[in-house]
Amino acid sequence: MNMSGREKLGLALIAVALIALPFVLALAGTAWVRITNFAVLFVLLSLGLNIVVGFAGLLDLGYVAFYAVGAYVYALLASPHFGLHLPFWVILPIGAAVACIAGVILGAPTLRLRGDYLAIVTLGFGEIVRIFMNNLSSPVNLTNGPKGINRIDSFRIGPVNFSGSDTIAGLVFSGPIKYYYFLMLVLLAVIVINRRLQDSRIGRAWVAIREDEVAAKASGINTRNIKLLAFAMGASFGGIAGGMFAAMQTFVSPESFVLNESIMILAMVVLGGMGNIWGVIAGAVLLSFVPELLRYTVEPAQMALFGKLLVDPEVLRMLVFGLALVFTMRFRPAGLWPETRHRREMNENRA
Amino acid sequence: MDTLLQQLINGLTTGSVYAVVALGYTMVYGVIQLINFAHGEVVMIGAMVAFSIITSLAGSGMPPLVIVLAGVMAAIPACMAIGYLLERAAYRPLRHAPRLAPLITAIGMSIILQHLALLAWGRNPLAFPQIIDNRVFGIGGAAISSVQIAIILLSLTMMAGLSWFVYRTRFGIAIRATAENVHVASLMGVNADRVIAATFVIGAGLGAVAGVMYGSYYGIAHYTMGFSLGLKAFSAAVLGGIGNIAGAMLGGLLLGLVEALGTGYVGEMTDLCHWPLASGILAEQCADGGNFVLFGSNYQDVFAFLMLILVLVFRPSGLLGERVSERA
Repeated sequence: MNMSGREKLGLALIAVALIALPFVLALAGTAWVRITNFAVLFVLLSLGLNIVVGFAGLLDLGYVAFYAVGAYVYALLASPHFGLHLPFWVILPIGAAVACIAGVILGAPTLRLRGDYLAIVTLGFGEIVRIFMNNLSSPVNLTNGPKGINRIDSFRIGPVNFSGSDTIAGLVFSGPIKYYYFLMLVLLAVIVINRRLQDSRIGRAWVAIREDEVAAKASGINTRNIKLLAFAMGASFGGIAGGMFAAMQTFVSPESFVLNESIMILAMVVLGGMGNIWGVIAGAVLLSFVPELLRYTVEPAQMALFGKLLVDPEVLRMLVFGLALVFTMRFRPAGLWPETRHRREMNENRA
Repeated sequence: MDTLLQQLINGLTTGSVYAVVALGYTMVYGVIQLINFAHGEVVMIGAMVAFSIITSLAGSGMPPLVIVLAGVMAAIPACMAIGYLLERAAYRPLRHAPRLAPLITAIGMSIILQHLALLAWGRNPLAFPQIIDNRVFGIGGAAISSVQIAIILLSLTMMAGLSWFVYRTRFGIAIRATAENVHVASLMGVNADRVIAATFVIGAGLGAVAGVMYGSYYGIAHYTMGFSLGLKAFSAAVLGGIGNIAGAMLGGLLLGLVEALGTGYVGEMTDLCHWPLASGILAEQCADGGNFVLFGSNYQDVFAFLMLILVLVFRPSGLLGERVSERA
């Protein structure tokens, strides 16, 4: 990547802004740092799903299942539930690996079928994973059922515990701020991996499959394995994000992994622009703040107008996601910030 | 033996509801090779509309049958209108777009419908008023209720009616021609747009009745009910061979039976205390008639999905289906 001086300067400014951000947010309250952390988590999830939906063009509607697998792996290996307390750098890779295996198990039988089958099978898979989590409390108590697992360990690096505050050089590093920096490091790594993948032989194979599977096959691409690879990679990113979710929340239950979460992540990818990393990031950030935005605007507005809450912001949020999906596909099918090639592709057949 | 017969009756009842919903998926798939993801939501809205009408009329002193009929008669046009709007707003504009696009809009529409229903009918499950005197008849040691009989008969009638419509009328020929090849059908003077819209509307109408049947059978309507019902009906359609009308009926009935038998027996079958080898190891848990059930009836919703996977792996074209190509 060759960058001009101006690009370098811009990048440096963004980096400085991102480093300073949590302290600025902390002035408004630690809650805002937490909200930002979850936005970053969703960015990670969107980037993972983007590999599957954006790069390879496979519609995965059960992506949250891999997130759930990662979260439960972390919860089981670092909580009093089994009395295991492994350090996070051991668990996160395990979570990624287990999620990856889950992705392969799901993908292997379905990937040779056409796209819409895959969509509905993944949809069912997401639901099945949730049903299992809800019910695997008997005969052996594996997941603790609907009650979920609590008192999960926070991250710990040497003496630094992510659950408490540390003061370094007069700056107060609260728990969420530490997680923020950790998330940023992971995000940076994921972005770099994504960029490298996109320009690699594999990335080009994904795009070829997305654009024309038959032609891709004819050009010597092992479409099935390459698709499986997309699935497995997307799943592992989901697993890592899940592990961090468990640590940040210190509590997991099946309720956090419903279909609506999958739809939300899909909406982020679609709105931003399938296949374009920066678009996906922008879409995820934008939609992550929708619930907060609604909470601070719609709720007071309704209270002022009607004196009571008529429409739950939670419902409005899902309506916004649904509308985002429909309107993006209808009027800007390649997303708000499209990838050049994808824009051409999504527009070429339109009447 | 009695339990077996009972499970068969229960399976036949839910199976016929699945079959009717599956028809909606299969007809749309037949003509435009697209899964109408929002179909389950249409069925749910049918149940909701009927619920509102039936509840508001329940105290009016009208004969119960008339009230239920009024509910169904209100649900059908409501669902048909939604089906038509879905096609016009979400599918028709994207008919020539890449495959991913209509799938994504369909998901979006399904979420929108679900949450509009949540706004209109609330978050809590709604109990269907039990106004019909639900008489129970005994056959061979099992029981069948009048509601079950009504559901089975009504479903069979609708399936017969649809078959007649598709195979014996002029418009039915147009539908089949469009399913065979849209372009050739258009050249032969078939108005493809109208046929496609019609399949959505017919499917939605059938779905409305199915929603009412489902709601009155379980006595409950909920804004999320369309999701699992839709998933199961879709599995049924795939099992029978998607795009194939007779297949959807067969698949629905089979799925209902599998699910009922699975729910009835899998708990017993996976009780490790009944397994000679395992019961030795688990002597502690199995003492005093204890059990060690791996998968109980709480896994009911999993059976349909497992069947879907198995069908997709071993016979992707379904039982009666035509060949499914990888990508059109």
